[in-house]
Amino acid sequence: MVRTALAVLVIDENRIRAAIIEAGLREAGHERVTVIHDVTGIARRIAEIEPDVIVIDLENPNRDMLENMFQLSRAVKRPIAMFVDRSDQASIEAAVDAGVSAYVVDGLRQERVKPILDMAVSRFNAFSRMARELEEVRGELESRKVIDRAKGILMKSRGLSEEAAYTLLRKTAMNQNRKIGDIAQSLVTAAGLLGPPEDE
Amino acid sequence: MSMTAAHQITAGFMPLFDSAVLVAAGELGFAAREGIDLTLHRETSWANIRDRIAIGHFHLAHMLGPMPLACNLGLTPLASETIVPFSLGLGGNCVTVSNTVWAGMVAHGAEADLDPARAGAALRALIRERAAAGGDPLRFAVVHPHSGHNYELRYWLAACGIDPAREIEIVIVPPPFMADALATGRIDGYCAGEPWNSAAVAAGTGHIVTVKARIWRNSPEKVIGVRKAWADENPEALAALLRALHHSARWCQDPANRGELAAVMAQAGFLGLPPAVQMPILTGHLRLGGGAERTIDDFFLPFDKAANFPWKSHALWFYTQMVRWGHVAHTPENLAIARNCYRPDLYRSALKPLGVALPGANSKVEGALQVATAVGATGAGLVLGPDGFFDGQIFDPDEVDAYITGQKSARAEA
Repeated sequence: MVRTALAVLVIDENRIRAAIIEAGLREAGHERVTVIHDVTGIARRIAEIEPDVIVIDLENPNRDMLENMFQLSRAVKRPIAMFVDRSDQASIEAAVDAGVSAYVVDGLRQERVKPILDMAVSRFNAFSRMARELEEVRGELESRKVIDRAKGILMKSRGLSEEAAYTLLRKTAMNQNRKIGDIAQSLVTAAGLLGPPEDE
Repeated sequence: MSMTAAHQITAGFMPLFDSAVLVAAGELGFAAREGIDLTLHRETSWANIRDRIAIGHFHLAHMLGPMPLACNLGLTPLASETIVPFSLGLGGNCVTVSNTVWAGMVAHGAEADLDPARAGAALRALIRERAAAGGDPLRFAVVHPHSGHNYELRYWLAACGIDPAREIEIVIVPPPFMADALATGRIDGYCAGEPWNSAAVAAGTGHIVTVKARIWRNSPEKVIGVRKAWADENPEALAALLRALHHSARWCQDPANRGELAAVMAQAGFLGLPPAVQMPILTGHLRLGGGAERTIDDFFLPFDKAANFPWKSHALWFYTQMVRWGHVAHTPENLAIARNCYRPDLYRSALKPLGVALPGANSKVEGALQVATAVGATGAGLVLGPDGFFDGQIFDPDEVDAYITGQKSARAEA
């Protein structure tokens, strides 16, 4: 029997993540991949694509609508079930933990679909890690800006050099067992409340 | 606090006003006072809540009343056995239509009085007129197939001689998107909880034509669905939570607390909508569109009228509607599953130490009370009803077969 290539539909409002999933699928040799960001008119698209596997992010508020469509709509010619193998609790948990869900046309064999789901899970996790790291970098930049402002306030009000101002902040943070960014933020807030308007 | 609490409980909820009793239990200290460290997780779909209950991320969650039944009856892609020991309130939904549909209904005798029979008759005339002219069927939206919204919308239409399976189309739309879908013409009407109806009225794009409290007064809506495996292993934690929810619900019902409750719900992590938008559900005073206003008795009850009691008759009514609309086959096994899903016994045993009024029965004949009635119960001061269906029908939970057969033949004749 000749195996026809599986048609995979990725529904994700996050374009970057969708691109990462799509790239992963193509690298794994899947050529019939469609990505949809907006669910408007999705019934017609599903009727056209006739997907074997549908990958959806769990943040999507349209999941209830999509599930109902998979079960009832005339647009979906073949019944679609969630996940491949309901008895495989570990892989279902991994998917939900990663924030992704997969719907699969009934009758597809487990070994054909499992790699797709595994890939989606690992790419979702990689994306989350990346987003977290980005957030950390952003937070670091933010705190560096606040430290600069706090230094400025100290230099102006106490007549300190930049280095002395930083040392004072660092010492205070160590003494209070807090982050230097937090100390700087407190100082900036307090200066805003108490002092004359700060010149930007 | 989390180090010393006797019970750690994780609960999911959807950003809807009727999660208020659960949210207030966590935010205002009712749970902590019962020795519970309650962690609340906001979710984006009912499917997510179902999945996270199924794999054990959540011990319990804010759920649509029929949802635990659907899980236990095997109607959902993923499920674990779910029980209902507490109801989060009665009422709270409306049916809203587009300005075009409303104009058509007015031409056929509808008035801005929320009367379900009058509105239904006008809608029926409009639907027949459109069909005769070869127009597309009207498209209505509900929030989920296994929801009070879907079943009360269908009940109302069917009782007005409209076949919801053939004469209209019913689609699923998430509640926050309803008003927008109506404004852009993707749907012609919808049944959803507040504030999503008032939102369309405020935008000038919709009219509220009737409300849940007028279709079936004091009828069930959201519940606390609990993963049964967890409930079986943690009876003390569950009982403590039910007591916390009881105190929270009593507090939520008190008009003196409306402002504070609305402020809590307004936070971004909960409902995330300004307090003013929450006032219609809190007061029962609704703007219907076109300048009309109405105050609805028992519009939404988070506590009064035994609102938190998980009546088996409520679960069984949902079951009859699942059968009626082809969601599940009526078999003795399925009926038994529906009968065992709501657990008034757990509610009663948890609240007994508080000495509060508790219903003596697990079921009641729905639609039998024409006026508010003090009922025989343990403790003092329990008032139930009125609980009538707008079409005067009675649902006797001991006569499920007859009720199902009666609805089937009524449809065949229509």
